[in-house]
Amino acid sequence: MRLLPAGDRAVLVDLADGAGPAFFLALAADRPPGVEDVVPAESSVLVRYDPGVLAPAELARRLRAVGERMASPPVEARGDVPGDVPSNVVEIPVVYAGADLDEVGRLTGLGADGVVAAHTGTPWRVAFIGFAPGFGYLVGGDPRLQVPRRDVSRTRVPAGSVGIGGRYSGVYPRESPGGWQLLGRTPLAVWDAERDPPALLRPGATVRFVAVQGR
Amino acid sequence: MTAGAAGPMPPPGGGAALEVLEPGPLTTVQDLGRPGLAELGVPRSGAADRGALRLANRLVGNPDGAAALEVTLGGLLVRATTAVTVAVTGADCPLLRDGRPVPRNAVVELAAGSTLGLGLATAGLRGYLAVRGGLAVPPVLGSCSTDTLAGLGPPPVRPGDRLPVGRAPQGWPVVDHAPVPDPEPGPVALRVVPGPRHDRVPGAAELLAASWRVGSDADRVGLRLERVHGQAPGTPPSGSSGWSSGTVGSWPSEALVPGSLQVPPAGHPVLFLAGAPTTGGYPVVAVLVDADLDRAGQLRPGQPVTFRPVPPPF
Repeated sequence: MRLLPAGDRAVLVDLADGAGPAFFLALAADRPPGVEDVVPAESSVLVRYDPGVLAPAELARRLRAVGERMASPPVEARGDVPGDVPSNVVEIPVVYAGADLDEVGRLTGLGADGVVAAHTGTPWRVAFIGFAPGFGYLVGGDPRLQVPRRDVSRTRVPAGSVGIGGRYSGVYPRESPGGWQLLGRTPLAVWDAERDPPALLRPGATVRFVAVQGR
Repeated sequence: MTAGAAGPMPPPGGGAALEVLEPGPLTTVQDLGRPGLAELGVPRSGAADRGALRLANRLVGNPDGAAALEVTLGGLLVRATTAVTVAVTGADCPLLRDGRPVPRNAVVELAAGSTLGLGLATAGLRGYLAVRGGLAVPPVLGSCSTDTLAGLGPPPVRPGDRLPVGRAPQGWPVVDHAPVPDPEPGPVALRVVPGPRHDRVPGAAELLAASWRVGSDADRVGLRLERVHGQAPGTPPSGSSGWSSGTVGSWPSEALVPGSLQVPPAGHPVLFLAGAPTTGGYPVVAVLVDADLDRAGQLRPGQPVTFRPVPPPF
């Protein structure tokens, strides 16, 4: 674990591969006053703080203590994440009729029905959120679904689209450009700025996709 | 309680509003943003020059973070529907009340029906127009700031918009003019803390020692830097004013803060400003000290920029 200053009011905690989400959860359980943002990524966590409230050296000491408490190496999802784990499971209904479903069926050799079974058959976990408000990067699903992103990005992906790309799956919170392979679409609003909470998917949450009928 | 889709709520200031006659190239509502939500992918946003926003609000007796207008380059023309008190700070631009000059960084009274116009800025890029009582637009996630990247807050102002003015705070402003330095028109040296990924980008030290200028497509999210080549003997000619860092392979997304200097494998380094996203896909070689973020928010296309490394806080 390395502590890398990011300016004079933030620190990037550089971790082992994939250890970002676990460190985020461990720090969230013991967040010092003066910390204003804790933002996980796959293998790092950014901590933004007010040096008028929390001295940089004290923050460094607290972060090293969290690192030492995390005894286990990171484990893939399927529920056994060390540390405090939110117990909420978010179910996402999906109409599996995405523009890339058949192509993914060919790329994986599973066929469209096999892709749906694999996507819904294993729980996913929100590793971190980025790219857009509420866009959760999901990991830990069926490893047979690891396909490359599309060669050519789409300029407009409909809101609610469910996609996969590399080792991730995700739901596009609003219409945006996107390069992932689209499997289907959910009627759920994973992001609603006027709702409390605004984001359906929070780092650490478990997600299950459920196939439903529809257009 | 929210306004919903039916339309704006009646303004609490009893009908006081600023009517937009001309918006200028880009005018948005800004306050001090929505900090603390980056883990949900929500950028902090807020005024690109927070010091200028705070000053404008203090001059009219508002709380520091009251919603105001961020006027990019100038060109804004508004009309007061009732008598209001305003102040304009930030970029050095001509300020006209009913066509007659009035001072910036000062308290200005507008009678009902009076217009206030900002000319084109000659130094700095962003002016701030605060009105006593603040702009009473519905907040989103605790802030009235426009965030075009994340799609939060009100859209940029358009002709015909009526921006409601909130109820005036108790107590009058205690100062009517604040002598403040104008934004710098010439070369600017920005203080940076090297890192967090300067050890992963070949040539990072040389990058920080180089001379740059702001590219033409600067916006609230960030600005691209173009290399200014020196005349030192032996300097190889280059057809590109960008930077090739030689990093290979893909770089995993990681969180970043406004003020980050990000280096893609080829092309131009990007200096992120107040409207920065919460994560980025290229390494960050340095981050502005927080005190210099406001100065960066006033940089104009073509302006010369250098970086001055300072020690990290630990």
